[in-house]
Amino acid sequence: MGALQSSPGQHEYSDLAEKTGFSFRQIGVLHTRFKQLSHNEETLRRDHFNEIPDLACNPIRAQIVEAFFDRRNFRENGEGTVQEIGFEEFLVVMSHFRPPSLHMTQEQRESVRREKLRFLFNMHDTDNDGTITLEEYRHLVEELLSLSETLEKNTAKSIADAAMLEVASISMGHMEPDEFYEGITFEHFLKLLNGFEIESRMNIRFLRMDTTTLCK
Amino acid sequence: MAVFGPTRRSSNPRFAGLICGFLLVFVVFVFAASASRDAVAGNNETLRNDSHHQTNSTAHKKAFPVLSFNYDHVRKPFEISLWILLALLMKLGFHIIPTVSNVVPESCLLIFVGLLVGGFIKAIGEEAPILDSKLFFLYLLPPIILDAGYFLPIRAFTENMGTILVFAVVGTLWNAFFIGGTMYGVCQIRGAELASVDLLSCLLFGSIISAVDPVAVLAVFEEIHINELLHILVFGESLLNDAVTVVLYHLFEEFSHAGTVTLVDALLGVVCFFVVSLGGILVGAIYGLLGAFTSRFTSHTRVIEPLFVFLYSYMAYLSAEVFHLSGIMSLIACGVMMRPYVEANISHKSYTTVKYFLKMWSSVSETLIFIFLGVSTVAGPHAWNWTFVISTVILCLVSRVLGVLGLTYIINKFRIVKLTPKDQFIVAYGGLRGAIAFSLGFLLTNSKMKYMFLTAIITVIFFTVYVQGMTIRPLVELLAVKRKKENKGSINEEIHTQFLDHLLTGIECICGHYGHHHWKDKLNRFNKTYVKKWLIAGERSTEPQLISFYNKMEMKQAMMLVESGNAAKLPTIVSSVSMQNIQPRGPARRRAIPSISKSREEEIRKILRGNLQKTRQRLRSYSRHDLLIDPFEDNVSEVRFRRQRVEMERRMSHYLTVPANRQETTPVRKVCFEPEHQVYTYDDSESPRGPTVQPNPIPPDAVSLLSESPQRPNQSGAQRTKVPDEQEEQDQLKLSRCLSDPGPNKEEEGDGSFRS
Repeated sequence: MGALQSSPGQHEYSDLAEKTGFSFRQIGVLHTRFKQLSHNEETLRRDHFNEIPDLACNPIRAQIVEAFFDRRNFRENGEGTVQEIGFEEFLVVMSHFRPPSLHMTQEQRESVRREKLRFLFNMHDTDNDGTITLEEYRHLVEELLSLSETLEKNTAKSIADAAMLEVASISMGHMEPDEFYEGITFEHFLKLLNGFEIESRMNIRFLRMDTTTLCK
Repeated sequence: MAVFGPTRRSSNPRFAGLICGFLLVFVVFVFAASASRDAVAGNNETLRNDSHHQTNSTAHKKAFPVLSFNYDHVRKPFEISLWILLALLMKLGFHIIPTVSNVVPESCLLIFVGLLVGGFIKAIGEEAPILDSKLFFLYLLPPIILDAGYFLPIRAFTENMGTILVFAVVGTLWNAFFIGGTMYGVCQIRGAELASVDLLSCLLFGSIISAVDPVAVLAVFEEIHINELLHILVFGESLLNDAVTVVLYHLFEEFSHAGTVTLVDALLGVVCFFVVSLGGILVGAIYGLLGAFTSRFTSHTRVIEPLFVFLYSYMAYLSAEVFHLSGIMSLIACGVMMRPYVEANISHKSYTTVKYFLKMWSSVSETLIFIFLGVSTVAGPHAWNWTFVISTVILCLVSRVLGVLGLTYIINKFRIVKLTPKDQFIVAYGGLRGAIAFSLGFLLTNSKMKYMFLTAIITVIFFTVYVQGMTIRPLVELLAVKRKKENKGSINEEIHTQFLDHLLTGIECICGHYGHHHWKDKLNRFNKTYVKKWLIAGERSTEPQLISFYNKMEMKQAMMLVESGNAAKLPTIVSSVSMQNIQPRGPARRRAIPSISKSREEEIRKILRGNLQKTRQRLRSYSRHDLLIDPFEDNVSEVRFRRQRVEMERRMSHYLTVPANRQETTPVRKVCFEPEHQVYTYDDSESPRGPTVQPNPIPPDAVSLLSESPQRPNQSGAQRTKVPDEQEEQDQLKLSRCLSDPGPNKEEEGDGSFRS
């Protein structure tokens, strides 16, 4: 559907479009970008990502790159990481950032929310064990503050502690002194970010026109 | 606003009736007094003349006047104060009667009071004061706009900037031309006696009436608490359309004298629009930067800090008005520009002062504006023309609805989060007109049609404020529009907001296009590297945003806990989750100390100490109309508070130490106290704190988040058995942080307060 200029493999696109919800044009643009990043190879590797100059000054660069190679984000219920990804996986990961369409039922909106929060959760839960432990959370805060020159490790720690305490209070309510809060499970994570309106915030604009020459 | 009223005040109807009666009597008295002033002044004049005469003609000595009456020389300030007092008493009165203020928004009640007052003044034959345009634009409007601009939610505003601009500029233009043009058509109808109104006058009228008014929007929307997106859309539109209004107004007024408008003039008008808006923003930004720069040096003269904020902003407004630039946009730009830097520089008290004064002034201004509006309605000469007025009202509604629908259709193509029909309805319905339209109409020089225009404007204002203002609340509930979510200041949300920002910027990079997030990120980095160094004093300039947020939150918590004597009343989540539950269990329970900078600590210490020394503290939360009552106030009695204060002072001097090189932890929300007797039997080996810093085999002392039953980590010895009784007593007292505070007296206390 739609007028595609000479784009090869249109039948492939329809599969992808159905799977990810992008339009053909958007897929075309992203394919061009994929080829640009991978230097016209078939697969992308981590060092391809590390070549993007603008990404270098991003404090959470490592996590973002990791997210692309995390099989949990491929919607196939897989686990673990891979070393290289093809265009389909690239697209699937990108589709997490697609804005929800205007006419959606409440359940659809809810499932979009869960999906996006799941993506965030996977980014935090680096050891794949299903919970975000205090260490992982501390690591997250440290990464966020890593750009500041006057980073004091203890401040990062106390912020992470405070945040964890808050999660525990919200999720567990009452705990005996010798109970131990293992970590943030996905359900707790959902509860924590309940008012965050992630479905309207975690979106970027996917263009239908090719502007890839601007940003390497 | 009125939600909290009933819970606290007695709903005794007789009491309420008494108060109302009293107020009414007072009002009558006030106006009798000010009305009779002229009579007395006249009397005084004659008296003085006579006495003067007498002393001239006869050389007799006049008796020394024990009591004399000379009203003239205090007349002006007296009247102004009287008016303001009246306005505030009215406001007070409304909140005493809970039932009325729940249904009717305050603006309606105030206009009604103004009508009454105006009627009264007219009845006694005096000339009622009219809402003078100079008074309005120079004195009454700036505080409201500054308040709005200073506390503008930047994130929501910039994210929706495109939408807001489209609504403000294109929407207002559409409104002005549609109303103006159609009114001209209406005026051509024979039999309406409106043939004298030409096209340019109609367009002028259209431009006056088309702008959504920020004062009215604020007054009504403040009470209905809709979600942030809608609020910022309508409110942002009302602020930014000022530039359009200014340009159109001056354009049409100039040319309504000349009679014709050529193409060149139209083009000049477009150029003028850009000059007015961008110039206004530039002027505001310059003053804002100046203000921020000045605040960098105020560390030694904290008392005058708030004044800088107010004066620089007011100067920005006035300077813009000198060049006929948009004063409102200048004021907004100044507030927005100044705020992040000033807040990093000024002391906590100054921040509270700025906040408080802005809310206070804007509240008074708003009240006065609405009352004057009512008075002016009664006072001014009116020229009622059924066709004109009715068609104006209808056209305003129609053009607003059409404009919003049409523009949203176009805007939705470009928005990521589309506007639903419900949103569109609220945006259209929230297009209220207010006092700005009235004042602009008042400034018209062509008196022939001025009064007819004024009547129509007043009718539209009344219609929007009363009908739309009163029905918007039930409509919002009926349509189940999303309401404003409670902002609990969660550190998790802040962390994730920042995380999301970086994540989206990164994804945009990978996608390969420079989007919204990319530019925001660039701006932030520019801000951090260059601007902050110049405008923020000391080491705060390099403090990341997350840390400042965290510190702010902690300080708030610290203050709240210190001030409350009763833990049960605290509004935060009371849970018994504590640091123990989170820390991974290890052989040596070491906890890291967050080392806060010294100056921060000083500040926190000062606050805690200052609060201890006062007998009563009140923590108020801020909103325009309502100073929420301190929930603790009812229950903290003098006696108990004093006792607790003494105990707390003693405790603080014992337990709080500077975390310099200790292993002791001070994480957040930690409550630190030990039973009283242990203070006096202080034993180095037992207490985890000691001059010898060593790994602590015993888990450190009671740490619990506002819990009623703090835990004793290790049951060792008989002393512990006495503990439970003491705990009950000490439940009342919590400290949120273990900080060093040598206490009100700088000397070491004999009981062994220790500092490392």
